[in-house]
Amino acid sequence: MSADAKLIPSATQTAGPFFHFGLLRPEWADLTHGGKAQGEKISLEGRVTDGDGAPLPDAIVEIWQANAAGKYEHPDDAQDKPVDKNFRGFGRAFTDKDGIFRFTTVKPGPVPGRGNALQAPHIAVSLAARGLLHHLFTRVYFAGEALNKSDPVLSSIDDPALQKTLIAEPKGKSNGSAVWRFDIVLQGKGETVFFDF
Amino acid sequence: MAEIKEYNRERPGGQPANDWPAYASTVKRHPTRPPVALKQTLTEITGPTFADGWTGPEMLDLTKQHKGEPIGERMILAGRVLDEDGKPVPNTLVEIWQANSAGRYIHPNDTHPAPLDPNFTGRGHVVSNDKGEYRFLSLIPGAYPWRNTYNAWRSKHVHFSVFGPAFATRIITQMYFPGDPLLEFDPIYNSVPDEAARQRLIAAYDPNLSEAEWALGYRWDIVLRGRHATPAGI
Repeated sequence: MSADAKLIPSATQTAGPFFHFGLLRPEWADLTHGGKAQGEKISLEGRVTDGDGAPLPDAIVEIWQANAAGKYEHPDDAQDKPVDKNFRGFGRAFTDKDGIFRFTTVKPGPVPGRGNALQAPHIAVSLAARGLLHHLFTRVYFAGEALNKSDPVLSSIDDPALQKTLIAEPKGKSNGSAVWRFDIVLQGKGETVFFDF
Repeated sequence: MAEIKEYNRERPGGQPANDWPAYASTVKRHPTRPPVALKQTLTEITGPTFADGWTGPEMLDLTKQHKGEPIGERMILAGRVLDEDGKPVPNTLVEIWQANSAGRYIHPNDTHPAPLDPNFTGRGHVVSNDKGEYRFLSLIPGAYPWRNTYNAWRSKHVHFSVFGPAFATRIITQMYFPGDPLLEFDPIYNSVPDEAARQRLIAAYDPNLSEAEWALGYRWDIVLRGRHATPAGI
């Protein structure tokens, strides 16, 4: 907190069960601008489940990522890398009745970490839902990436079982694109690692 | 080498914990392990930007989305998106959704016996202007029953989704109305530990915002996390 902060920030509150009509943006689940974005097209999908293993039919999954060159479409990214006019890097999807969400996007390039560190390709995730008073943040990494071993965030998690909850696994192809599976477990066995920042 | 100008962390007591059994839906949905503290990187201090209008035409007037006029008390709902230092947050997406004046959502899962209004959807969105301001015309939503406990009623509220400048600043929240007797009994509102932070969620009636013979004015500012003065991680 900066010393001169004056105002109390707004607290979060649950999105409740009735958000669908208010936040409906089905086109935001495709980050590739109809396939025009540069880079390797991928499908990112997964299931969100609760402490009983029951799917959440009322969750909002939002993602934020760099483009294929590892550049964020944002003024604070000062890297000398190309922006892609067909790739904004933000997506939103709702889970369906089976708790499944799906995005069409591109595999992000590596981005800088703190200091001299390089971060492995990853996608930031925010999850909101009925029953969550505060959204949850997690990250999607990709199995088999050489940079995973040296990624400062992944390697800060010592327990391999916990680390595994952050790593999407390849699940074949769909419409010519690689499918990456990333399940999110809110509670209990296999509980996903969530971040606070 | 990236210079990271971090956003402030959330203040203790200023945010609800997800483990809050008074709100029954949290019981099977709250994580049991504490979140892992992550030092912000370029990923967290960036986020979607909205200045170029890609989110499409604004929806500012919720009373004129259908053929006729919806029934209820007209409300001008206006305010600013600010950071903790009081600086406006311009060009950020503000989305709202709400029940109609009878307390019924147009959502198919809301089947409680209050009437739908064929002239009211209850959805709006706008990108904040260069002063961080937003303004909607809507109706005061009704309170509605829910099954959290026997005979439970939600306080009147409008749902807000706001992004701010970074993924770190994104929030989804609810705005409440001053003097609502249901607030005292509302476990969602009361999930915020700090009294002053709870008060922040209540709009103010503003007679100067009201328009004569037309609509009541409610003013509500949204305050997002501010930034550290000095960069880190160089």
